[in-house]
Amino acid sequence: MTQSPAPTSGSRSTHAITVLGHDRPGIIAETTARLADLGLNLEDSTMTLLRGHFAMMLICEGETGEAALEEALAPLAADGTLTVTVRPLPPEHHEPAAGTSWVLTVHGGDRPGIVSAVAGEVARVGGNITDLTTRLAGDLYLLVAEIDLPAGVEVAGVEAAIGEAAARLGVGATLRPMEADDL
Amino acid sequence: MSGTPAASTVNDRVASWSATELGVEGRVLDVVRAPATVLSSKGEDVDPTSAEAVQLAADLVATMRVSPGCVGLAAPQVGVGARMFCVDVSEHPKTRDHHGTFVLCNAEVVEASRNEKAREGCMSVPDFTGDVKRATRLVVRGQLPGTGEEVTVRANAFEARCLQHEIDHCEGLLFLDRAAGAHAIYPRKTYL
Repeated sequence: MTQSPAPTSGSRSTHAITVLGHDRPGIIAETTARLADLGLNLEDSTMTLLRGHFAMMLICEGETGEAALEEALAPLAADGTLTVTVRPLPPEHHEPAAGTSWVLTVHGGDRPGIVSAVAGEVARVGGNITDLTTRLAGDLYLLVAEIDLPAGVEVAGVEAAIGEAAARLGVGATLRPMEADDL
Repeated sequence: MSGTPAASTVNDRVASWSATELGVEGRVLDVVRAPATVLSSKGEDVDPTSAEAVQLAADLVATMRVSPGCVGLAAPQVGVGARMFCVDVSEHPKTRDHHGTFVLCNAEVVEASRNEKAREGCMSVPDFTGDVKRATRLVVRGQLPGTGEEVTVRANAFEARCLQHEIDHCEGLLFLDRAAGAHAIYPRKTYL
Protein backbone atom coordinates (compact mmCIF):
# COMPACT_ATOMS: atom_id res chain seq x y z
CA MET A 1 0.00 0.00 0.00
CA THR A 2 1.14 3.48 -0.66
CA GLN A 3 0.78 6.41 1.61
CA SER A 4 -0.03 9.85 0.37
CA PRO A 5 3.30 11.64 0.51
CA ALA A 6 3.14 15.14 1.83
CA PRO A 7 3.62 17.71 -0.91
CA THR A 8 7.27 18.65 -1.02
CA SER A 9 6.58 22.22 -1.97
CA GLY A 10 3.75 24.53 -2.81
CA SER A 11 4.61 24.54 -6.49
CA ARG A 12 2.05 23.02 -8.82
CA SER A 13 3.00 21.07 -11.88
CA THR A 14 1.43 19.12 -14.70
CA HIS A 15 2.20 15.52 -15.60
CA ALA A 16 1.23 13.17 -18.39
CA ILE A 17 0.47 9.62 -17.30
CA THR A 18 0.06 6.70 -19.67
CA VAL A 19 -1.24 3.28 -18.72
CA LEU A 20 -0.99 0.57 -21.39
CA GLY A 21 -1.42 -3.16 -21.42
CA HIS A 22 -3.72 -6.08 -20.70
CA ASP A 23 -7.32 -5.01 -20.13
CA ARG A 24 -9.22 -6.04 -17.01
CA PRO A 25 -11.95 -4.50 -14.87
CA GLY A 26 -10.78 -1.90 -12.34
CA ILE A 27 -7.73 -0.34 -14.00
CA ILE A 28 -9.29 3.13 -14.18
CA ALA A 29 -10.71 2.87 -10.66
CA GLU A 30 -7.34 1.90 -9.24
CA THR A 31 -5.35 4.49 -11.18
CA THR A 32 -7.62 7.40 -10.39
CA ALA A 33 -7.96 6.41 -6.73
CA ARG A 34 -4.19 6.64 -6.36
CA LEU A 35 -4.18 10.05 -8.04
CA ALA A 36 -7.06 11.26 -5.89
CA ASP A 37 -5.16 10.18 -2.77
CA LEU A 38 -2.41 12.55 -3.87
CA GLY A 39 -4.92 15.37 -4.29
CA LEU A 40 -4.30 15.64 -8.02
CA ASN A 41 -6.74 17.09 -10.52
CA LEU A 42 -7.43 15.12 -13.70
CA GLU A 43 -7.46 17.89 -16.26
CA ASP A 44 -7.90 15.77 -19.35
CA SER A 45 -8.09 12.10 -20.19
CA THR A 46 -8.73 9.64 -22.94
CA MET A 47 -9.06 5.89 -22.69
CA THR A 48 -9.91 3.25 -25.24
CA LEU A 49 -9.19 -0.32 -26.17
CA LEU A 50 -6.69 -0.53 -29.02
CA ARG A 51 -7.13 -3.94 -30.60
CA GLY A 52 -8.23 -5.15 -27.17
CA HIS A 53 -5.32 -3.56 -25.29
CA PHE A 54 -6.09 -1.08 -22.53
CA ALA A 55 -4.74 2.39 -23.45
CA MET A 56 -5.18 5.46 -21.26
CA MET A 57 -3.60 8.89 -21.18
CA LEU A 58 -4.18 11.36 -18.38
CA ILE A 59 -3.10 14.92 -17.77
CA CYS A 60 -3.04 15.67 -14.07
CA GLU A 61 -2.17 18.79 -12.15
CA GLY A 62 -1.14 19.22 -8.56
CA GLU A 63 1.66 19.55 -6.08
CA THR A 64 3.06 16.03 -6.44
CA GLY A 65 6.38 15.60 -8.18
CA GLU A 66 7.35 13.05 -10.81
CA ALA A 67 9.09 10.64 -8.42
CA ALA A 68 6.21 10.58 -5.96
CA LEU A 69 3.74 10.00 -8.79
CA GLU A 70 5.77 7.10 -10.14
CA GLU A 71 5.98 5.58 -6.71
CA ALA A 72 2.25 5.92 -6.13
CA LEU A 73 1.41 4.26 -9.46
CA ALA A 74 4.07 1.56 -9.34
CA PRO A 75 1.73 -1.10 -7.85
CA LEU A 76 -0.36 -0.91 -11.05
CA ALA A 77 2.52 -2.34 -13.01
CA ALA A 78 3.62 -4.82 -10.36
CA ASP A 79 2.23 -7.93 -12.04
CA GLY A 80 3.82 -7.04 -15.38
CA THR A 81 0.59 -6.77 -17.39
CA LEU A 82 0.52 -2.96 -17.45
CA THR A 83 3.11 -0.35 -18.34
CA VAL A 84 2.84 2.99 -16.55
CA THR A 85 4.79 6.12 -17.46
CA VAL A 86 4.87 9.53 -15.82
CA ARG A 87 6.33 12.57 -17.57
CA PRO A 88 6.34 16.24 -16.52
CA LEU A 89 4.79 18.61 -19.03
CA PRO A 90 5.75 22.25 -19.48
CA PRO A 91 2.97 24.82 -19.43
CA GLU A 92 1.13 24.85 -22.74
CA HIS A 93 -0.15 28.03 -24.30
CA HIS A 94 -3.12 27.41 -26.51
CA GLU A 95 -3.55 29.91 -29.27
CA PRO A 96 -6.99 30.09 -30.75
CA ALA A 97 -6.99 28.49 -34.19
CA ALA A 98 -7.31 31.11 -36.90
CA GLY A 99 -8.05 28.64 -39.67
CA THR A 100 -10.82 26.23 -40.51
CA SER A 101 -11.73 22.79 -39.14
CA TRP A 102 -12.38 19.73 -41.29
CA VAL A 103 -13.21 16.05 -40.99
CA LEU A 104 -11.22 13.72 -43.23
CA THR A 105 -12.43 10.17 -43.91
CA VAL A 106 -10.24 7.66 -45.74
CA HIS A 107 -11.30 4.06 -46.32
CA GLY A 108 -10.37 1.18 -48.54
CA GLY A 109 -8.40 -2.02 -48.68
CA ASP A 110 -5.89 -2.41 -45.89
CA ARG A 111 -2.25 -1.83 -46.81
CA PRO A 112 0.77 -0.19 -45.19
CA GLY A 113 1.29 3.55 -45.58
CA ILE A 114 -2.26 4.92 -45.71
CA VAL A 115 -1.98 7.07 -42.59
CA SER A 116 1.49 8.39 -43.42
CA ALA A 117 0.55 9.28 -47.00
CA VAL A 118 -2.52 11.22 -45.95
CA ALA A 119 -0.95 12.82 -42.88
CA GLY A 120 1.97 13.90 -45.05
CA GLU A 121 -0.32 15.90 -47.31
CA VAL A 122 -1.94 17.56 -44.31
CA ALA A 123 1.45 18.46 -42.80
CA ARG A 124 2.72 19.80 -46.13
CA VAL A 125 0.31 22.74 -45.91
CA GLY A 126 0.82 23.30 -42.18
CA GLY A 127 -2.42 21.51 -41.32
CA ASN A 128 -2.75 20.10 -37.82
CA ILE A 129 -4.44 16.79 -37.05
CA THR A 130 -6.27 17.37 -33.76
CA ASP A 131 -7.95 14.00 -33.41
CA LEU A 132 -7.48 10.70 -35.15
CA THR A 133 -9.11 7.29 -35.13
CA THR A 134 -8.11 4.39 -37.35
CA ARG A 135 -9.83 1.05 -37.44
CA LEU A 136 -9.40 -2.23 -39.23
CA ALA A 137 -12.21 -4.72 -39.80
CA GLY A 138 -11.49 -7.60 -42.10
CA ASP A 139 -9.87 -6.04 -45.14
CA LEU A 140 -11.49 -2.64 -44.60
CA TYR A 141 -9.16 0.05 -43.28
CA LEU A 142 -10.77 3.23 -41.99
CA LEU A 143 -9.24 6.54 -40.93
CA VAL A 144 -11.23 9.48 -39.58
CA ALA A 145 -9.25 12.60 -38.67
CA GLU A 146 -10.18 16.07 -37.47
CA ILE A 147 -7.95 18.65 -39.07
CA ASP A 148 -7.27 22.36 -38.56
CA LEU A 149 -6.09 24.05 -41.75
CA PRO A 150 -4.36 27.43 -41.46
CA ALA A 151 -6.15 30.50 -42.74
CA GLY A 152 -5.27 31.18 -46.34
CA VAL A 153 -4.77 27.56 -47.34
CA GLU A 154 -6.56 26.69 -50.54
CA VAL A 155 -8.75 23.82 -49.32
CA ALA A 156 -9.62 22.51 -52.78
CA GLY A 157 -5.91 22.05 -53.45
CA VAL A 158 -5.40 20.19 -50.16
CA GLU A 159 -8.41 18.00 -50.89
CA ALA A 160 -7.06 17.18 -54.34
CA ALA A 161 -3.60 16.36 -52.97
CA ILE A 162 -5.08 14.09 -50.29
CA GLY A 163 -7.31 12.48 -52.91
CA GLU A 164 -4.33 11.79 -55.18
CA ALA A 165 -2.27 10.37 -52.31
CA ALA A 166 -5.18 8.14 -51.33
CA ALA A 167 -5.80 7.04 -54.92
CA ARG A 168 -2.16 5.98 -55.29
CA LEU A 169 -2.83 3.54 -52.44
CA GLY A 170 -6.15 2.42 -53.88
CA VAL A 171 -8.26 4.03 -51.16
CA GLY A 172 -10.78 6.88 -51.21
CA ALA A 173 -10.75 10.14 -49.24
CA THR A 174 -13.47 12.62 -48.32
CA LEU A 175 -12.84 16.05 -46.75
CA ARG A 176 -15.80 17.89 -45.26
CA PRO A 177 -16.14 20.99 -43.07
CA MET A 178 -16.45 20.24 -39.37
CA GLU A 179 -19.95 21.22 -38.38
CA ALA A 180 -20.47 22.72 -34.97
CA ASP A 181 -23.95 23.55 -33.80
CA ASP A 182 -23.85 26.51 -31.44
CA LEU A 183 -26.96 26.38 -29.34
CA MET B 1 -49.32 5.98 -42.87
CA SER B 2 -48.98 7.93 -39.67
CA GLY B 3 -49.23 11.68 -39.19
CA THR B 4 -52.24 13.93 -39.33
CA PRO B 5 -53.89 14.27 -42.73
CA ALA B 6 -53.05 17.97 -42.86
CA ALA B 7 -49.35 17.31 -42.26
CA SER B 8 -49.13 14.25 -44.45
CA THR B 9 -47.26 14.84 -47.66
CA VAL B 10 -47.14 11.24 -48.76
CA ASN B 11 -47.12 10.73 -52.51
CA ASP B 12 -50.02 8.32 -53.11
CA ARG B 13 -48.58 7.00 -56.35
CA VAL B 14 -45.31 6.06 -54.68
CA ALA B 15 -47.07 4.71 -51.59
CA SER B 16 -49.26 2.43 -53.69
CA TRP B 17 -46.34 1.19 -55.81
CA SER B 18 -45.36 -2.41 -55.31
CA ALA B 19 -42.80 -4.75 -56.79
CA THR B 20 -45.58 -6.79 -58.42
CA GLU B 21 -45.91 -3.92 -60.95
CA LEU B 22 -42.53 -4.94 -62.30
CA GLY B 23 -43.92 -8.25 -63.58
CA VAL B 24 -40.69 -10.14 -63.06
CA GLU B 25 -39.46 -12.36 -60.28
CA GLY B 26 -36.77 -10.80 -58.12
CA ARG B 27 -33.62 -12.77 -57.46
CA VAL B 28 -31.74 -12.63 -54.18
CA LEU B 29 -28.26 -11.27 -54.93
CA ASP B 30 -25.10 -11.29 -52.84
CA VAL B 31 -24.47 -8.05 -50.94
CA VAL B 32 -20.93 -6.76 -51.46
CA ARG B 33 -18.89 -5.29 -48.63
CA ALA B 34 -16.39 -2.45 -48.35
CA PRO B 35 -13.67 -2.10 -49.58
CA ALA B 36 -15.29 -3.21 -52.86
CA THR B 37 -14.53 -0.62 -55.57
CA VAL B 38 -18.15 -0.49 -56.76
CA LEU B 39 -19.15 0.98 -53.39
CA SER B 40 -16.78 3.91 -53.86
CA SER B 41 -17.68 4.64 -57.49
CA LYS B 42 -20.38 6.95 -58.80
CA GLY B 43 -23.21 4.92 -60.34
CA GLU B 44 -24.29 5.30 -63.97
CA ASP B 45 -27.67 6.76 -64.89
CA VAL B 46 -30.20 4.05 -65.70
CA ASP B 47 -33.05 3.84 -68.22
CA PRO B 48 -35.89 2.99 -65.82
CA THR B 49 -37.99 1.41 -68.59
CA SER B 50 -35.31 -1.00 -69.77
CA ALA B 51 -35.72 -4.73 -69.07
CA GLU B 52 -32.37 -4.64 -67.29
CA ALA B 53 -33.49 -1.91 -64.92
CA VAL B 54 -36.81 -3.64 -64.22
CA GLN B 55 -35.00 -6.85 -63.31
CA LEU B 56 -32.51 -4.97 -61.13
CA ALA B 57 -35.38 -3.24 -59.31
CA ALA B 58 -37.03 -6.60 -58.60
CA ASP B 59 -33.72 -8.05 -57.47
CA LEU B 60 -33.09 -5.15 -55.07
CA VAL B 61 -36.49 -5.58 -53.46
CA ALA B 62 -36.07 -9.37 -53.21
CA THR B 63 -32.64 -9.01 -51.65
CA MET B 64 -33.85 -6.36 -49.19
CA ARG B 65 -36.76 -8.61 -48.19
CA VAL B 66 -34.57 -11.52 -47.16
CA SER B 67 -32.06 -9.36 -45.28
CA PRO B 68 -33.01 -8.99 -41.60
CA GLY B 69 -33.42 -5.38 -40.53
CA CYS B 70 -32.67 -4.06 -44.00
CA VAL B 71 -34.57 -0.83 -44.74
CA GLY B 72 -32.88 0.06 -48.01
CA LEU B 73 -30.54 -1.34 -50.60
CA ALA B 74 -28.75 0.43 -53.44
CA ALA B 75 -27.54 -1.10 -56.72
CA PRO B 76 -23.82 -0.69 -55.87
CA GLN B 77 -24.44 -2.90 -52.82
CA VAL B 78 -25.29 -5.80 -55.11
CA GLY B 79 -22.28 -5.04 -57.28
CA VAL B 80 -24.07 -2.97 -59.94
CA GLY B 81 -22.76 0.58 -60.52
CA ALA B 82 -26.17 2.08 -61.27
CA ARG B 83 -28.23 4.91 -59.78
CA MET B 84 -31.06 2.81 -58.40
CA PHE B 85 -32.15 1.84 -54.91
CA CYS B 86 -35.08 0.44 -52.99
CA VAL B 87 -36.31 1.40 -49.52
CA ASP B 88 -38.94 0.24 -47.08
CA VAL B 89 -38.90 1.80 -43.63
CA SER B 90 -42.49 0.86 -42.79
CA GLU B 91 -41.50 -1.53 -39.99
CA HIS B 92 -38.89 0.70 -38.38
CA PRO B 93 -39.70 2.30 -35.00
CA LYS B 94 -38.10 5.65 -35.92
CA THR B 95 -40.35 6.01 -38.95
CA ARG B 96 -43.04 8.70 -39.09
CA ASP B 97 -44.61 9.07 -42.51
CA HIS B 98 -43.53 6.57 -45.13
CA HIS B 99 -44.21 5.29 -48.63
CA GLY B 100 -43.85 1.56 -48.00
CA THR B 101 -41.70 -0.31 -50.47
CA PHE B 102 -40.53 1.59 -53.52
CA VAL B 103 -37.67 1.80 -55.97
CA LEU B 104 -36.25 5.03 -57.40
CA CYS B 105 -33.98 5.47 -60.40
CA ASN B 106 -31.63 8.42 -60.94
CA ALA B 107 -32.86 10.02 -57.73
CA GLU B 108 -31.60 13.37 -56.56
CA VAL B 109 -32.14 15.52 -53.51
CA VAL B 110 -34.15 18.65 -54.35
CA GLU B 111 -34.53 20.08 -50.85
CA ALA B 112 -33.06 19.12 -47.50
CA SER B 113 -33.50 20.77 -44.12
CA ARG B 114 -33.59 20.25 -40.34
CA ASN B 115 -30.41 18.26 -39.85
CA GLU B 116 -30.18 15.77 -37.02
CA LYS B 117 -27.39 13.45 -35.99
CA ALA B 118 -28.16 9.74 -35.55
CA ARG B 119 -26.43 6.36 -35.62
CA GLU B 120 -26.41 4.47 -38.92
CA GLY B 121 -25.29 1.06 -40.06
CA CYS B 122 -24.99 -0.51 -43.47
CA MET B 123 -25.06 -4.09 -44.79
CA SER B 124 -21.97 -3.26 -46.85
CA VAL B 125 -20.06 -2.06 -43.76
CA PRO B 126 -21.12 -4.75 -41.28
CA ASP B 127 -18.43 -4.12 -38.68
CA PHE B 128 -19.10 -0.43 -37.98
CA THR B 129 -21.86 1.99 -37.13
CA GLY B 130 -21.50 5.75 -37.19
CA ASP B 131 -23.03 9.07 -36.22
CA VAL B 132 -24.14 10.95 -39.31
CA LYS B 133 -25.92 14.26 -39.62
CA ARG B 134 -28.77 14.12 -42.14
CA ALA B 135 -31.77 16.23 -43.07
CA THR B 136 -35.04 15.12 -41.47
CA ARG B 137 -37.13 16.98 -44.05
CA LEU B 138 -36.32 15.95 -47.57
CA VAL B 139 -37.64 16.29 -51.10
CA VAL B 140 -36.31 13.76 -53.59
CA ARG B 141 -37.04 13.48 -57.30
CA GLY B 142 -36.56 10.28 -59.27
CA GLN B 143 -38.18 7.82 -61.63
CA LEU B 144 -40.13 4.66 -60.94
CA PRO B 145 -38.76 1.53 -62.60
CA GLY B 146 -40.96 0.02 -65.28
CA THR B 147 -43.10 3.01 -66.21
CA GLY B 148 -40.31 5.54 -65.85
CA GLU B 149 -42.74 8.06 -64.35
CA GLU B 150 -41.01 10.96 -62.64
CA VAL B 151 -42.10 11.25 -59.02
CA THR B 152 -41.37 13.63 -56.18
CA VAL B 153 -41.15 12.14 -52.71
CA ARG B 154 -41.46 14.31 -49.62
CA ALA B 155 -39.97 12.33 -46.79
CA ASN B 156 -39.33 12.98 -43.13
CA ALA B 157 -37.66 11.38 -40.11
CA PHE B 158 -36.26 7.93 -40.74
CA GLU B 159 -37.44 7.62 -44.32
CA ALA B 160 -35.59 10.85 -45.12
CA ARG B 161 -32.40 9.47 -43.52
CA CYS B 162 -32.73 6.20 -45.40
CA LEU B 163 -33.22 7.97 -48.75
CA GLN B 164 -30.10 10.09 -48.22
CA HIS B 165 -28.09 7.00 -47.27
CA GLU B 166 -29.18 5.20 -50.46
CA ILE B 167 -28.67 8.24 -52.71
CA ASP B 168 -25.16 8.48 -51.25
CA HIS B 169 -24.52 4.87 -52.27
CA CYS B 170 -25.44 5.81 -55.84
CA GLU B 171 -22.85 8.62 -55.62
CA GLY B 172 -20.17 6.23 -54.37
CA LEU B 173 -20.36 7.47 -50.78
CA LEU B 174 -20.70 5.42 -47.60
CA PHE B 175 -21.87 6.67 -44.21
CA LEU B 176 -18.20 6.48 -43.24
CA ASP B 177 -17.60 9.42 -45.60
CA ARG B 178 -20.02 11.51 -43.53
CA ALA B 179 -18.68 10.64 -40.08
CA ALA B 180 -19.38 13.56 -37.77
CA GLY B 181 -15.87 13.39 -36.25
CA ALA B 182 -12.93 11.21 -35.26
CA HIS B 183 -14.99 9.53 -32.54
CA ALA B 184 -18.16 9.08 -34.57
CA ILE B 185 -17.47 5.58 -35.91
CA TYR B 186 -18.05 2.62 -33.61
CA PRO B 187 -17.08 -1.03 -33.97
CA ARG B 188 -20.01 -3.43 -33.88
CA LYS B 189 -17.72 -6.12 -32.52
CA THR B 190 -15.10 -5.92 -29.84
CA TYR B 191 -11.74 -7.47 -30.58
CA LEU B 192 -10.86 -10.01 -27.96
